[in-house]
Amino acid sequence: MVAYTPGQWDMADDATRQQFFDDHHAFERFVDEHGRRIDSAALSDAELATTIRRDEAGEPVVTDGPFAELAEQVGGYYDVDLPDLDTAIAAAKLLPHQYTVEIRPTVKVDGYESV
Amino acid sequence: MPQGHEEALATVVREEWGRLTSLLLVHFRRLDLVEDALGDAVEAAARRWPTDGVPDNPAGWLHTTARRRILDRLRAEAMAQRKAPLLLVDHEHTQSTATDGIRADPGDLVEDDLLRLVLMCAHPALDLAAASALSLRLVLGVTTPDIARLFLVSEPTMAARITRAKKKIVAAGIPFAVPSADVLPQRLDTVAHTAYLAFTAGYAPGSGPDAVRIALAGEAIRLVRVVLGARPDEPVLVALLALMLLQHSRRDARVDDEGAIVLLPDQDRSRWHHDEVDEAVRLLRSPSLSGPVTIQTAAYAVQARIAAEHATAPTADATDWARVVGHYDDLLALSPTPSARLARAVAVAEAQGPEAGLAALDGLDDELPLSHRLPAVRAELLTRAGDTQGAHAAYDLAIQRCDNDAERALLTQRRDALT
Repeated sequence: MVAYTPGQWDMADDATRQQFFDDHHAFERFVDEHGRRIDSAALSDAELATTIRRDEAGEPVVTDGPFAELAEQVGGYYDVDLPDLDTAIAAAKLLPHQYTVEIRPTVKVDGYESV
Repeated sequence: MPQGHEEALATVVREEWGRLTSLLLVHFRRLDLVEDALGDAVEAAARRWPTDGVPDNPAGWLHTTARRRILDRLRAEAMAQRKAPLLLVDHEHTQSTATDGIRADPGDLVEDDLLRLVLMCAHPALDLAAASALSLRLVLGVTTPDIARLFLVSEPTMAARITRAKKKIVAAGIPFAVPSADVLPQRLDTVAHTAYLAFTAGYAPGSGPDAVRIALAGEAIRLVRVVLGARPDEPVLVALLALMLLQHSRRDARVDDEGAIVLLPDQDRSRWHHDEVDEAVRLLRSPSLSGPVTIQTAAYAVQARIAAEHATAPTADATDWARVVGHYDDLLALSPTPSARLARAVAVAEAQGPEAGLAALDGLDDELPLSHRLPAVRAELLTRAGDTQGAHAAYDLAIQRCDNDAERALLTQRRDALT
């Protein structure tokens, strides 16, 4: 998962945007070399986020905004298959330096079968 | 020979634990089972060796017993159709163990496996204190109750911390591997940091004159020696070992018979371990420290050089304070922490007089608003400068902020001695 400070992309000039693209390409090539890419997406700014949580009575409440108001927001994710955490860390280091990257294993939930 | 079985067992645990752990991990890749199985094997040895005699190959005996224990557990799991997650071991390893089946003799193990174990335990993705505890447990075989005692937490808390770290290693995919050369220096910095954390825990203030905890701090030194065995001349380990040896060499002079803290100038220097000082001084001359090193290595080395100035001065008065100040200047250039500035001010006062020392304290109050050490140092320097009233007020503040009984007693005694 990639976190970044909102507005960075909008304010970036062409050269900076090209650097973002180059870094993502380097990341993707590294992943292809050491494992495989499963999925990825870039997310819109958190100002377009809508949050649904339950109130005390268990009723869904829809509000404007993300889970939590933080300086950094989740900006996108890559689902990749890599051999170990060290390889994942090496891959994450290739992403644009503006990002904070959180690595988490995906898990298979016992007993759950998708329909 | 029935006599000596306790020593034989203690020796094999001490010398071979990390290698046995590595060997079993490479073969079975089950971090959860290996530690328990080795613990069980040691218990079995304690029961059987007194009657059966010490086996010719004690390490081999422990390995075989632990291996059987793991196989039993795996069979039970197979029956229950449980599948536990496996540790990630790099390819050449899984392949080599798949082909040789089993490497029966721990003597076959290359030092690299021990390094893999150390790097896995001290991975930066683990909480530092947990990594430190895990290293003592898996590399050195220090028992969980002893580790709990070292870090001043309860045994269940420490057991939970170690279990959580082992779970994260497997679930997050921390590999049993040596990383690529470009990240290895940083990873060895983390290894050094985890070892130093265990070491300083043994000397944590407030814990009193606990000989066992100081002995456990000595285990952190052994951890560094073990890793140095696998990475000879590694700069960060050379510098850290020197620093630890110099601090550890004063262990018998740090507290008096009543358990009160004895400050450096008042310590009985004949009670310092001069063999350890000599070794540290030799380490500091090592060519591995003269090349380009990481900031952490340089910081350990300069702290060791400061400690060495004290350790090699025949008396407190003979300390070369100008050189000590020079070393502190180097340290501040590397890492300008408030505590280093405070220590430098003390050295400046010794080299150039209390007024210069007081001037060197300027600006530190904002950075150390809660520290009792800053007003304690100021009080001492004001005393020497003849400002008794100012010294009294500074001692009051230091005593009010200090939450350590032994240190507070010392401060109160100094304040009450003012005339």
